[in-house]
Amino acid sequence: MWEGMIGGMMTGITTTMIPINIAMVLMGCFAGSFIGMLPGLGPITAVALMIPVTYGLDPTTGMVLLSGVYYGAIFGGSTSSILINAPGEAATVATALDGYPLARQGYPGKALAIAAYSSFSGGTIAVILLMFFAPMLAKVATSFQSVDYFALMILGLTAVSAFAGRGGVLKALLMVILGLMLSTVGTDQTSGIQRFTFGSLELLDGIEFLLLAMATFALTEALSIVLKRDASSDSLKPKMIGFKSLKVTKKEFKFITPTILRSSILGFFVGVLPGAGATLGSFMCYGMERNLASKEEQEKFGKGSLRGLAAPETGNNAASSGSFVPLLTLGIPGSGTTAVMLGALIAYGIEPGPRMFVERPDVFWGVIMSMYLGNVFLLFLNLPMIPYFARLLAIPRKIMVPVILFFSLMGVYLVTFNDFDIQMMVLFCVAAMALRLMNFPMAPLLLGFILGGLMEDNLRRGLMIYDESISFMWERPTTLGINLITIFILSLPLTRSLLSRFRKKETPLST
Amino acid sequence: MKQGRNKFVRFGATLFSFALLMALLVSPVSASEVKEIHFLIPGGAGGGWDGTARGVGKALIDSKLLEQASFENMSGGGGGKALNHLISTAKRQEGTLLVNSTPIIIRSLTGVFPQSFRDLTPIASVIADYAAFVVPKDSKYTSFKEVIADFHKDPKSVKIGGGSVKGSMDHLVPAMVFQAAGEDPLKLKYIPYDAGGKAMAGLLSGDVQVLSTGFGEALGLANQGEVRILAVTSEERLSQAPDAPTVKELGYDVTFANWRGFFGIPGLSKEKAEAYRALLKKMYDTPEWEEIRTKRGWQNLYQPGDEFYAFLEAQEKDLGSMMRKLGFLK
Repeated sequence: MWEGMIGGMMTGITTTMIPINIAMVLMGCFAGSFIGMLPGLGPITAVALMIPVTYGLDPTTGMVLLSGVYYGAIFGGSTSSILINAPGEAATVATALDGYPLARQGYPGKALAIAAYSSFSGGTIAVILLMFFAPMLAKVATSFQSVDYFALMILGLTAVSAFAGRGGVLKALLMVILGLMLSTVGTDQTSGIQRFTFGSLELLDGIEFLLLAMATFALTEALSIVLKRDASSDSLKPKMIGFKSLKVTKKEFKFITPTILRSSILGFFVGVLPGAGATLGSFMCYGMERNLASKEEQEKFGKGSLRGLAAPETGNNAASSGSFVPLLTLGIPGSGTTAVMLGALIAYGIEPGPRMFVERPDVFWGVIMSMYLGNVFLLFLNLPMIPYFARLLAIPRKIMVPVILFFSLMGVYLVTFNDFDIQMMVLFCVAAMALRLMNFPMAPLLLGFILGGLMEDNLRRGLMIYDESISFMWERPTTLGINLITIFILSLPLTRSLLSRFRKKETPLST
Repeated sequence: MKQGRNKFVRFGATLFSFALLMALLVSPVSASEVKEIHFLIPGGAGGGWDGTARGVGKALIDSKLLEQASFENMSGGGGGKALNHLISTAKRQEGTLLVNSTPIIIRSLTGVFPQSFRDLTPIASVIADYAAFVVPKDSKYTSFKEVIADFHKDPKSVKIGGGSVKGSMDHLVPAMVFQAAGEDPLKLKYIPYDAGGKAMAGLLSGDVQVLSTGFGEALGLANQGEVRILAVTSEERLSQAPDAPTVKELGYDVTFANWRGFFGIPGLSKEKAEAYRALLKKMYDTPEWEEIRTKRGWQNLYQPGDEFYAFLEAQEKDLGSMMRKLGFLK
């Protein structure tokens, strides 16, 4: 097995190292990170845009280009999240939670640099895992049943306390419930019945996640900049945005290294599961980091914590590499973007699946090896650009606000070409603005929304499969395992406070 | 005098350019020949409709049968948005073809949108994907008859998964087959997934025992030996999987084709519609089409005009009666 792998790696290196493929990696990364940076435009649009370019190319070259575009877009997606709170796609929503406050505090360069290093590490570690374990992981990808996904979604919901922010846990919980409610709009999968569509054709397919994210994050942010009257919010002081602020100190590196390692692994495994994906990966990494953090560090989450920025940014890049496992080894797409890539593979005349290692090792290993190269390119492509991006924040708000509004609305429109989406965005923005002024946090809404649909569908599927019995929650080992982790996490604050009380009691006794 | 002449020249030039403009405007309108087509795609980039429209467009352009093709994606309302748009702007959409497939029938039956294929001019069906019943490689089932036998003993023991909502194609097709086998389709346990790929993952993970899906979607993994195709719903066995019997062969009188085809505006002139049909017919003989078709695993299904209309009516009847039986229609 190991010889085969080394042989495969050699094949991969020789296929990647021809000039045209190197050029394609570069082009893909550049195009991807550029498109990804535009608010509202994410990997799915970027990949779909590039597919016509790849027709007529060799399959390996085409795939190398498309995967470059894909992880390039995820890499670049963090830029707009951090600078203007406008996530380019669902997987970078969690990046905005700490990245944007950090940039506002005058460290846009540092925030972008940390995002770049995290993306790079997450991507690279995931590729290493992909290379060594892809065939084995195919089994993991297909071992998860609907009921396990349900348990995983519940585990994901426990991350909610991480997003409580200023309003406290109660407000966060209310927002989760609102998110869960919004996720029920549209055609109900298990019965085929329309729910809360008010007879309107437009709501039939439900509400687009990105639309909601852009409306609640980018649009309200732009409007709240308008509402702030003081001149200091006009723009950041230029001297803070110099090249120097790009520097991340050794101590800070040491501080985020364990975060990056943990998040890479968790993100990668969540990405491997076809029913989960990069968005869930980034949220779960964020939640895990906060749960593991000390009490003082927890306070910083949501206010510009370095760990809170590094975790989701590592997680989403690792997860997007992870999603190549079911795609390449089984031909099963776990996300919209990989579904589009599967379409491209089939159009090249390649059937992804377990035999692809044997039949087209050049494509399989070529893509994997090109990902190493791509991650390095991305780092070197993005680092020198950071000071220029950061300078965007110096643009006066009378120009910046309309630009943000334009790109956010345009980005959503360009995916669906549906004008109703714009009206819906404006409506959500107004509602979100009102909630925001009352200190309701927006992140739990999105978490509830994204998990709500998945949770409901998986639970109802599970109930049908187990003939309406809930026994799977403790009878199936995988489900039980995930449930135990959930219980453990939920009891963590309780045990912590009990422990500290116990210690307090102990100290007077010993003296 | 000089000025007068200049004026005259200018007038002449204006007249000439006007005539040129008119000529340019008039020439493509000749109804017997199609030079450009605008494809209206009711879904987003990368989907089945998108692939069909762009594939046909590319074959027509590459084989020089068509000079220009443009594409417009308009998703929303399960395809209803684009349908509505085509009908309401019909006057200026003579050069537009809407791509569609079996769901248009299901969704007009359920009243998702008020229009149906009758409100448009059916041009032709181009390709079809047949339904297939699939099991994992280590499944105990080797024939679809065994699935039916197990269902007969205990309907709960057979769970059939599919990549779409309950009451849609992936659900209706097995329901029709089970009914033809003399079983009660209401007892069928259909487990819906939100996409074909997720449904396939559900099959491999053991969530469901049998997957109801498109033949094209199952072929890849079947060739790789990960899944087995127990039966297909075509009239005759398909060349890509000669070992998979048809449902009809097994003794259940059901055939089903998920067609993909094109529609023109309501009241499209006969000449123009015939010109589109002739153009599409010519496409089948080109190597460019053959290449795209085999790569994507599509089956040719050319039914022009009235034939297409009759086929749609028959399919509407079949699906409608099953939907009524299952309680999705009153």
